[in-house]
Amino acid sequence: MSDDVANLSPVQMDALREIGNVGAGNSATALSQIISRRIDMDVPRVSIVPLDEVPDLVGGPDTMVVGVFLRVYGKAPSNILFLLPKESAFYLVDMLMGKTHGDTQKLDFMDESALMEIGNILSGAYLNALFNFTNISLLPSIPALAMDMAGAILSVVLVQLGQMGDHALVIETEFKTDDDGIKGHFFLVPDPGSLDIILQAVGVS
Amino acid sequence: MPELIKVGMADYKVGRAPDTLISYGLGSCIGISLYDPQTKIGGLLHIMLPDSNQSRANENRAKFADTGIPDMLEELIRMGAAKSRLVAKLAGGSQMFAFANASDIMRVGLRNASASKEILKKLSIPIVGEDTGGNYGRTVQIDLSTGVYKVKTIDKGDKEI
Repeated sequence: MSDDVANLSPVQMDALREIGNVGAGNSATALSQIISRRIDMDVPRVSIVPLDEVPDLVGGPDTMVVGVFLRVYGKAPSNILFLLPKESAFYLVDMLMGKTHGDTQKLDFMDESALMEIGNILSGAYLNALFNFTNISLLPSIPALAMDMAGAILSVVLVQLGQMGDHALVIETEFKTDDDGIKGHFFLVPDPGSLDIILQAVGVS
Repeated sequence: MPELIKVGMADYKVGRAPDTLISYGLGSCIGISLYDPQTKIGGLLHIMLPDSNQSRANENRAKFADTGIPDMLEELIRMGAAKSRLVAKLAGGSQMFAFANASDIMRVGLRNASASKEILKKLSIPIVGEDTGGNYGRTVQIDLSTGVYKVKTIDKGDKEI
């Protein structure tokens, strides 16, 4: 009964949190290696949120963010969205491109490409961990990027969930560099039917 | 004091002058306003999907164009708006991410826009302003004192429709 994700048990929520933990831990390590900085990671939040409140998780629907979106194919189709506040995205570009902090004021083609690659690497690391944990093999699509209002970017995943229910299950992790200069939110949003498959794989269906 | 009334995703709000109705950060969603210029009564609806019949969760009628528009219309008439005077404006319906093999759901913005227009046509409500499509987000608001519908974007400028 995953149509309405609102009635997951505490054990199931714990299992999902652990998936988020392992996946995001792997991603954080990957990011840390790329930018040679320590990355702090929060304990993943697994929340069941009314659809219209999801944008509040990142500061409200009109917050300006950079989003890297990947569709996840395989036995448990899902969406991945890596969201960064605009300033964080610019700072990350500075680091990736060897510029001074503050140089990047808008994103050119190369900058976007670099951020998409980061989304790609983080997703790969996340899905690898998920595979080790669940034995479900998942493949990400090529990444797409947009810089816009958080509500508009999130609507891409919310409309899909909206066809099946009024709540979103989000497995969300916040990353931070040690100087607090970069904060990012990594969302894994399983399609409604995928949740059962993931829960089954970890034995808590 | 004029109030700024927030309309969330899959919801609608109605009001009268001098209030303003606002909905933040629309992507593929559509903000549909209905306005009676004489009584200055109006509403703003923020739909996510075109058709309630294609969905397994259709209890929230404001989520869909085909059920949300008639519901809001009914409430406006109850408040004293005349159907014959109502005019509609709509904005939103973008496709935020371009994929080469965009599935139907990625193009939902386009379907939202055409479904909304079709339903308004069926209800014989004239569409007097439209700003749909593109690949960017919009914040929309309607000032019920004037009926002016403002569309704000991050870097595509602001406009009134």
